[in-house]
Amino acid sequence: MLPAERVQKATGLRLFWYTIWARAYPRIIGSTREKSWLFFETVLPLMGTASYVFVYRAIGAPEAYTGFVVLGGAMTAFWLNVLWAMASQLYWDKDGGNLELYVVSPGPLMAILLGMAVGGILMTATRAVIILGVCSFLFNVSYQIASLPLLILIFVATMAALYGMGMMFASIFLAAGREAWHISNLLQEPIYLASGFYFPVKAMGFWIATFASVIPLTLGLDAMRQLIFAGDPTLGFLSVEVELIILLVLSVVFIYGAIKMLAKLEEIGRREGRLIERRR
Amino acid sequence: MDMNLAIETNDLGRVYRLRGPKRKGDAKQLVALDGVNLEVRRGELFGLLGPNGAGKTTIIKILATLLLPTSGSALVEGLDVTRDVQEIRRRISMVSGGETSGYGLLTVEENLWMFARFYGLDNATARKRIDALLEVVGIADRKRTKISDLSTGLRQKMNFVRGFISDPNVVFLDEPTLGLDVTAARDVRGFVKQWMHDHPDRTVLLTTHYMAEADELCDRLAIIDRGKLLACDTPENLKHRLQREAIFNLKVGPLGPKPSRDAMIEAVPGVRQATIVEQNGHTELNLILAQEDVLSNVLAHLTRRGSSLISLEKREPTLEDVFIDLVGRRLDVDTSHHAEGEHAAG
Repeated sequence: MLPAERVQKATGLRLFWYTIWARAYPRIIGSTREKSWLFFETVLPLMGTASYVFVYRAIGAPEAYTGFVVLGGAMTAFWLNVLWAMASQLYWDKDGGNLELYVVSPGPLMAILLGMAVGGILMTATRAVIILGVCSFLFNVSYQIASLPLLILIFVATMAALYGMGMMFASIFLAAGREAWHISNLLQEPIYLASGFYFPVKAMGFWIATFASVIPLTLGLDAMRQLIFAGDPTLGFLSVEVELIILLVLSVVFIYGAIKMLAKLEEIGRREGRLIERRR
Repeated sequence: MDMNLAIETNDLGRVYRLRGPKRKGDAKQLVALDGVNLEVRRGELFGLLGPNGAGKTTIIKILATLLLPTSGSALVEGLDVTRDVQEIRRRISMVSGGETSGYGLLTVEENLWMFARFYGLDNATARKRIDALLEVVGIADRKRTKISDLSTGLRQKMNFVRGFISDPNVVFLDEPTLGLDVTAARDVRGFVKQWMHDHPDRTVLLTTHYMAEADELCDRLAIIDRGKLLACDTPENLKHRLQREAIFNLKVGPLGPKPSRDAMIEAVPGVRQATIVEQNGHTELNLILAQEDVLSNVLAHLTRRGSSLISLEKREPTLEDVFIDLVGRRLDVDTSHHAEGEHAAG
């Protein structure tokens, strides 16, 4: 039988840290357990990206557009991950009975959401790198990086803002009580269009591009394209520095919003019984 | 505040506001708990016994900080469930019957490790306790099996390990043997009893609608129905309440069409409670009589209705009889969608 002495349990920051990595674990290990993702999450996006490359080549667009499309194709993996595995996740977890156990445990809910985000970024980065590598090889894309530190900074700021938005959406999706996949479906294609995954967002015109900039990938992708294809004609919407500042502001806003929304969700959930109901 | 109490509720109430489209005249709210007063002592294995929809799960969800009461108060180890949420969560855990928690692609060990970390256990302690507890529940050989490949019984044993891995002071077990086969249910009950024996300072609050389970496991139990607490005592004392009454099981020929109220068997003087079940061409009657000699009146009544006695058995009172005596119906009647509408439980 078990020893009778009491178990020591971490609290505070240490518990927060334990919780993040514990929740990230299923996402990280999941990549090695179900190989089907190789097909669905790399081959299918590859085909979508390839079709745009052939369209641009057919109409005689500048060669730089091939690189633009390849980078956009790689970044779609992050958007899909945020939509289907972040924003919808609390909904799935409630349906599967996990949410109750998360709430009852002393591990902070915010750490659980952060764990989902960390696991999601690590897992999706692998997919993005595969898409980028294979497409670059197939379509002979050449890169001319203006500033590697700035590029890394832009990527980190984009991920922080994007996954912050995903964490905020997680509470909204759950509170809305709608079937999560309907909301995800609703958002998927319009964002492909508005965020300029397959073309420079500048082409959409100033106001639409400004509106679309609320989605962090719009500015993140635009800034990365400017930094990675430095030798090609400037098709950037705003300067990289301005886009970096906006991305940092969006990160703070979305993460703060996620914290507040999560606290509100738990309060409403406990008051109205929404944490324990399962609707089918 | 009595520090010997692990759980205390005072006039605890919970009303659910009903959402969604409603027709005129439909109930707008559901009274799940109505002024429940409970005291569970430290070290006790306490049972909440009642039919589906009685309000048992609502009590557990309030005590586990998943749901706020709409009236009254509830304390866990002296801490208020509305204010001291984080501190309570450090001390409790919960296991529900039919639970499908965890992630199917994780192994049993990985799944348990994840939950152990949510409770702040370090790696070494988590792994040591996982090994020890899996051994205790007899599924050590399934440590590296994906949980999607486990049977219902094995999965519930894993859920039990999850519930006890964090070394909780108070454990809430909500219908823990629901859907399990006889062997798995016996193993689970055996585990709970052994754990209480080895940890005499811990407390378990168990909800069940299985009489035998409540009788076998619980030091004390409360009978609850439609959100109200009807009785609270040890199983022996509850049964003792019926010791003066005579309890009979009768198998008789078909009773025919339902008579008017004053011609029903319940109208026979001295019949305290009667449940009637029609089965394969005969009728089974469970009777609680004020005295043994009332039986002759019952037999005369049956003869008048054209029925004949097939067999008769006098027996000792069970918890089922206690429930019937208190509520007026059998425990297996679901009241969660009761026609009386506004007064049911979740």
